[in-house]
Amino acid sequence: MFYIHCPYCDEYRDEEEFHPKGQAHIARPEEPESCTDEQWGDYLFFRDNPRGIHHELWVHAIGCRKFFNITRNSASYEILETYRMGEQPRVSAEHPEGKSAEQGAAVNVADEAGRVAGQEGVKA
Amino acid sequence: MQRYSGFGLAKHALSHHENWQRQWRNPTPKKKYDVIVVGGGGHGLATAYYLAKNHGITNVAVLEKGWLGGGNTARNTTIVRSNYLWDEAARLYDHSLDLWKGLSQDLNYNVMFSQRGVMNLGHTLQDMRDIQRRVHANRLNGVDSEVIYPDQIKEIVPVIDTSERARYPILGASWQKSAGVARHDAVAWGYARAADALGVDILQNTEVTGFKIRDGQVYGVHTNRGDIESKTIGCVTAGNSGVVAKMAGLKLPLESHPLQALVSEPLKPVLDTVVMSNHVHGYISQTDKGDLVIGAGIDGYLGYGQRGSYSTVEHTLQAIVEMFPSFSRVRMNRQWGGIVDTCADACPILSKTKVKGLFFNCGWGTGGFKATPGSGHVFAASLAKGEMHPIAAPFSIDRFNTGALIDEHGAAGVAH
Repeated sequence: MFYIHCPYCDEYRDEEEFHPKGQAHIARPEEPESCTDEQWGDYLFFRDNPRGIHHELWVHAIGCRKFFNITRNSASYEILETYRMGEQPRVSAEHPEGKSAEQGAAVNVADEAGRVAGQEGVKA
Repeated sequence: MQRYSGFGLAKHALSHHENWQRQWRNPTPKKKYDVIVVGGGGHGLATAYYLAKNHGITNVAVLEKGWLGGGNTARNTTIVRSNYLWDEAARLYDHSLDLWKGLSQDLNYNVMFSQRGVMNLGHTLQDMRDIQRRVHANRLNGVDSEVIYPDQIKEIVPVIDTSERARYPILGASWQKSAGVARHDAVAWGYARAADALGVDILQNTEVTGFKIRDGQVYGVHTNRGDIESKTIGCVTAGNSGVVAKMAGLKLPLESHPLQALVSEPLKPVLDTVVMSNHVHGYISQTDKGDLVIGAGIDGYLGYGQRGSYSTVEHTLQAIVEMFPSFSRVRMNRQWGGIVDTCADACPILSKTKVKGLFFNCGWGTGGFKATPGSGHVFAASLAKGEMHPIAAPFSIDRFNTGALIDEHGAAGVAH
């Protein structure tokens, strides 16, 4: 049973109040009409599904009803952090111990730039 | 292979059952095989067995990181049925059901396949419309299926509450008489023993840690017991398929979730069929030993923990007590979870991949057990020929890009 910190309510609440909504940080293609079948299918269906650290989207369904993100270990089930929409995780498979705020921001900007450049017409 | 028979049982009784032959060998890995099957669960072992039996390919290794049938094969509720909506799925599961009927004889191993019937209840007008549609589709596909109503349900299952007092009154059900249950462990062991007898090497405690790929062609695997070569590799790794695929640089349209089941203390015979309800969300049967076997939905989050959450247990039992008020004081004995690899369309993946020679048989999600013989049968044929068997072909991984999905959410026993 999880005891989840909602970053909007700033309270620890019972798992029953929340719903998991799958992998976080999936950017919807900006122009779906111009996607190839390959790109659209990948966006809709293909997931990381890691055994280990996973960033996922949850909704505080019978609380504030806001969406937020959780970084969680899918094998041990340990919740490593919760953070608001639009924020980037401090803990990741590459940085299991977490990273400092400035470092995090810098890396995220670089990551973001790389990802946007990598997928034409796609924005996070 | 020492054949099992009533006479053998009597003969071995004379020596106090101390001289039974081991069911399979414990060989050391060879350097090279014609085919490697990754994963020693029911589907993997069935694949190896049919490779040897139907295609004469006996130089086969089954690599299992733990022990045989220690994953989902031993963690399900053993329901076997084939009342799926779409033609492709009905063909696949009905092919499997046909093989189940002769499986004990074929393997010379009692898999305790019992065709006690499976009932899918409807509690709303929409449920009943869906049930009627599915039953008609089943009949067109030659799958035995009929719609039954509360009086008939009560006759088959006297303990069920068909009154109108229920919060979700039972309006009817689809009924597949030829469906039933089987003994899950025996399925893994029976296939293992029969495959081993045909020369298949079953390598337990052998974990694949990577693939050897050159110019887009797979030619072997790295394992904790050294490298093993083969140009045809079939991965049948259920909940861990995403992890295995990543080793080969592939991504699959799968999410792994815990699905749990629980059993009660043994009771006297009270339920001689399988009852499933999508709407109140639970399913139940009783084993020959007397335990009630109960299951329901997956935990919604990604997880590899092989355990389920307590809130899911509570929801499951609420559903069971809703249908069977007399079970309210039955005590539960054990609870466990398996890791199910679910696809967006609730259908499996039986497919080639971008890596030549590397095949995947996964994505069975919450309903793989029933398909064990059929899955192994068509996957073995695909590995042997290098081309997907006609029954397996619609389940290609390409469907997630072409859009030719086979949406079987409605025919899953309960919504997941």
